[in-house]
Amino acid sequence: MAEGAPISRSAIWRNAQVRAVFYQAVVLAGAVGAGFVIFQNTLTNLRQRGISSGFGFLRNEAGFGIAEVVPIPRLEGGFLAFMAAALGGLLVVILLAWVAGRRRRPLWSSGWGMAASLALLLLLPGAVLYVTHGTIRTETYTEQSTYGTALIVGLINTVLVSLVSCVLATVLGLLIGIARLSSNFLVRRFATLYVEVVRNIPLLLQIVFWYFAVIQTLPSVRQSIVVAPNVFLNNRGVYLPRPEAEAGLAPMLLALFLAVIAAMLWTRHARAERDRTGRQLPVVLPALGMLIGLPALSGLVLGAPFTLAHPELRGFNFQGGMVLTPEYTALVLGLSVFHGSYIAEIVRSGIEAVSKGQREAAQALGLRGGHVMRLVILPQALRVIIPPQTSQYLSLTKNSSLGVAIAYPELVSVAGTTLNQSGQAIEVIGITMAVYLTISLLISMGMNWYNARVQLVQR
Amino acid sequence: MMRDGRIATGWGLLAMLGAVVAFGAIPASAATTLETIRSRGQMICGVNNELPGFGYVDAQGNYSGFDVDFCRAVGAALGVDVRFRALTPRDRFSALQSGEVDVLSRNTTWTISRDTNLGLDFVATTYYDGQGFMVRKSLGVKSAKELGGASVCLTTGTTTELNLADWFRANGLQYKPVLFEKADDALKAYEAGRCDVHTSDKSQLASLRSAAKNPGEHVLMPEVISKEPLGPLTRHGDNQWADIVRWTVNALITAEELGVTKANVDQVAKSSKNPEVQRLLGTTGSLGKDMGVGADWALKAIKAVGNYGEIYDRNVGPQTKLALERGLNQLWSKGGILFSPPFR
Amino acid sequence: MTAPVSNPQALAADDAPPRREIGVWGWARRNLFRTWYDTLLTLCFGWLFYRIVAGLIGWGIVQAGFGTTPKACAGSQGACWAFIGDLWPLFFVGAYPHDARWRPALALLLVVALGLLTLWRRTRTRWLLACWLLAPLPILALIGGSATLGLAAVDSGLWGGLMLTLLLAVVGIVFGFPLGVVLALGRRSRLPVIRALSVGYIELIRGVPLITVLFMASIMLPLFFPSGFNPDKVLRAMIGITLFYAAYMAEVVRGGLQGLARGQEEAAAALGLTYWQTTAFIVLPQALRIVIPPMVGTFIALLKDTSLVAIVGLFDLLGIARTATANPNWLGRIVEAYVFAGIIYWVLCFSMSQASRRLELRFQTRAG
Repeated sequence: MAEGAPISRSAIWRNAQVRAVFYQAVVLAGAVGAGFVIFQNTLTNLRQRGISSGFGFLRNEAGFGIAEVVPIPRLEGGFLAFMAAALGGLLVVILLAWVAGRRRRPLWSSGWGMAASLALLLLLPGAVLYVTHGTIRTETYTEQSTYGTALIVGLINTVLVSLVSCVLATVLGLLIGIARLSSNFLVRRFATLYVEVVRNIPLLLQIVFWYFAVIQTLPSVRQSIVVAPNVFLNNRGVYLPRPEAEAGLAPMLLALFLAVIAAMLWTRHARAERDRTGRQLPVVLPALGMLIGLPALSGLVLGAPFTLAHPELRGFNFQGGMVLTPEYTALVLGLSVFHGSYIAEIVRSGIEAVSKGQREAAQALGLRGGHVMRLVILPQALRVIIPPQTSQYLSLTKNSSLGVAIAYPELVSVAGTTLNQSGQAIEVIGITMAVYLTISLLISMGMNWYNARVQLVQR
Repeated sequence: MMRDGRIATGWGLLAMLGAVVAFGAIPASAATTLETIRSRGQMICGVNNELPGFGYVDAQGNYSGFDVDFCRAVGAALGVDVRFRALTPRDRFSALQSGEVDVLSRNTTWTISRDTNLGLDFVATTYYDGQGFMVRKSLGVKSAKELGGASVCLTTGTTTELNLADWFRANGLQYKPVLFEKADDALKAYEAGRCDVHTSDKSQLASLRSAAKNPGEHVLMPEVISKEPLGPLTRHGDNQWADIVRWTVNALITAEELGVTKANVDQVAKSSKNPEVQRLLGTTGSLGKDMGVGADWALKAIKAVGNYGEIYDRNVGPQTKLALERGLNQLWSKGGILFSPPFR
Repeated sequence: MTAPVSNPQALAADDAPPRREIGVWGWARRNLFRTWYDTLLTLCFGWLFYRIVAGLIGWGIVQAGFGTTPKACAGSQGACWAFIGDLWPLFFVGAYPHDARWRPALALLLVVALGLLTLWRRTRTRWLLACWLLAPLPILALIGGSATLGLAAVDSGLWGGLMLTLLLAVVGIVFGFPLGVVLALGRRSRLPVIRALSVGYIELIRGVPLITVLFMASIMLPLFFPSGFNPDKVLRAMIGITLFYAAYMAEVVRGGLQGLARGQEEAAAALGLTYWQTTAFIVLPQALRIVIPPMVGTFIALLKDTSLVAIVGLFDLLGIARTATANPNWLGRIVEAYVFAGIIYWVLCFSMSQASRRLELRFQTRAG
């Protein structure tokens, strides 16, 4: 700025605020302009090529078959009541927790608060489900269903494959991550080898390898490998017995619920007793006894909760029972093995990030091995682990879209078929992206919430 | 500071200009497909690349096949080079819509919804086909009606999956579809035993069987469950270009009818007294010129790839691995339904 | 883990450590047989290692068929490397014309040379950055052909194999990186509109899978432009990958920007530097140096993810591996094709990650 120059004479572009507004206006104009031109071009192109647009096609009959179909509950009275109960319970619990938090006492600190929240979260929706299950209508996708239903089936398959893979990848990652820190040379080397090999090969290559080079070279249906009684492995998938609900299921769930409450109350009591007298009451065994004993008692008295339907070879394929298709199996294998290696690295660096002094201090205080890990190392390691772990879950979910390469009917695959048959490219790709965006936002919201809790515990 | 502000302004203006130039200022091309091809000196043809006999590319990048030859014929008629673009079932229509290819010749079934909804026009039928089933011989199945409960491998993005669903529904049978993006993968999965049945157009099944490890292990079921007229497509609205492609196909059919072959076309053009041959080959009349191509367009096309029968025999006929009988694709005069409108 | 309690007598004797604690045997005791379950683990994993190594050697070497014709594999139980011996050019350049294969080779040499120069600290200068930014021009000219250089055009439909993989990766990195820097600066900007646009773009892209972006690029992109402007398939995949990875690179750069002490900017402002001067001469040089290791990680991820173009119908290394298994002479050589492609990917990614690890170590030693 020229010194001593009267403000009035300084040019307008020297004013920082004016310039800020100007820059932003320019960028905004550029962005809006580009968006507008793209929009115009698209409209013109669509008109020129005589392509119809709009979302009306979602109600048209799809006409193609989908291999893996889960019944979808229809949004009618029964299902809505269940959803309302579940959501309402959740909301009330959040409200209670907030009120309790205002009084600086967590909701779970009192036995009643805990029981009430568990009842609201589990028992209420469970009861509503039990009462209304007769009125819940489900729709099973057939060729006569709509494109919209087809996309929902794809979404459900995406969620199914992602959830299972997340759990498996976490377990695998945890094992390998700990193995990498093992004092045993061979175990350590093995874990390192696993991580270095798996991480440096594209996931898609691994998935197609599992599918085409491993699973499809298994024996055919008639020469199935019998893994265990009634469990068959062949190039059509893994055939397992399927549990089918019986009358004893509801009482057993109730018994399990009661057992959970009882176990929690006992744990609290034991802790209070220890704080008061310093005497440690047994916790694990009684809790386990309750968790296993009560449902078992219910099963003995009121009948088994389910029976097993066994697969048997009839016609071309095994009928009955449950099947994990080759597509599903390959995708789950590929995703968990690949992301497991990343999670292993996250776990390792998380544990390594806790300084040695912490462990030594804990040991000096006389904590035992398990307690050192559970009370000192893990809470601190988790703080480091959770943010990258979140992004692993996120990218695993997004990578489940690679199922399209091996004919697993997940969202992108079904959307692709829908796109081909309906010709509505923009709408279908738009829907797919919006769905993934929503899933990503939900996962990161959930993990952020958990992260915040872990950080609080830390302090 | 002042300099900085000006620079910023300049950048801003430049950015806006860039945006306008990039998105808006390219004039919407009003040129017809023919003009575009002429100015490019090349015709771009969308074809299959994994279906031996119809559209296949070898390791050296050379294309061959029935559909490929029709493109070559059109290119030769115009006197331009032909460049091939391998397309998947998924992107074939958008490739033609967007002008990435000038003509789509990729075993595509003519249906009303494709003809009317996609902004594309089917201009001819080069191959009359129908969907069939292929199973392993060892299953001992004699009819597709026995396939209840079977798992079926197929390629997604085609009429095949819709016909399949319709047929099984109509016959009250259950099935499990396993849908692949690539024909190769579907075949591999079927061969590995993932599915009991492979379904596709019968011609494709013959082609795929020829590419299987042991072609003798597989049989085609007698049922034909659909009508599949296959042929080339052009963009909707460019009638001149559609005419050129349509009449090139007709010229090749007529050439077979009149006995004009790749080998004798030059000599016939010089010596034939048949007025229809003369009109076809452009020795008399102005049929080609009226359409916007040279008078000898048909002569050049026939010289490049031969007549319809020659194309058929060379790529898919009984002497080839595919061993497809002419069947419906025989000339109308010989019991088939190939029928070209007259050259007059 | 605590060290095993030493024998008090051994401590008392002020001698060399007991023999059982040193040498091979001592090492083995400490690392393999410390406790009974350690011994058990050692035996289990030793057996596992043995099975894996023996299996691989048996399959890949002892029982394998070498040569270039299908006859070499007749009757062999192991791998059929004759398949690779016959088709290896396909894996490297796809269907690229025989007589022009020196062109991609030269382009590869260029990239390797630039890569080596980048590893060497003395040559890691601004000029090298400029070279990287300009590199796609000669590479594309070499591979695609150029009238000024007198090279015949080669249709992009013929590009394939490792060449295409590397081309997609290099273009993605070279164009994605500056875009990522701009987005990261935008996300840290004080101007709300610019910040909102950057955040919106980054989060949108990071929320969707790459394959949907590639589908969008391959199916919808032509709709966005006036008719008559048709980027070809390879170019569209390049655009998709670049736009996608720019968002990820932006987040990496943002990490670097956040890691920079606030005082740096304040000091620059106090010296009277403008925003652009501060950014160009103070902030970016420091921030980018911090982010080199994570950035290499992103580059590796990008390289691996180029394999997704196989789904949209391009013949990159993975796409070629899948097509090669359909070659009539070599039907069913699926395992060999994938293993060969996997080895190539592995060598590339592993060497990149080792290089970045070395850089990281060097930074750590310098810092600490």
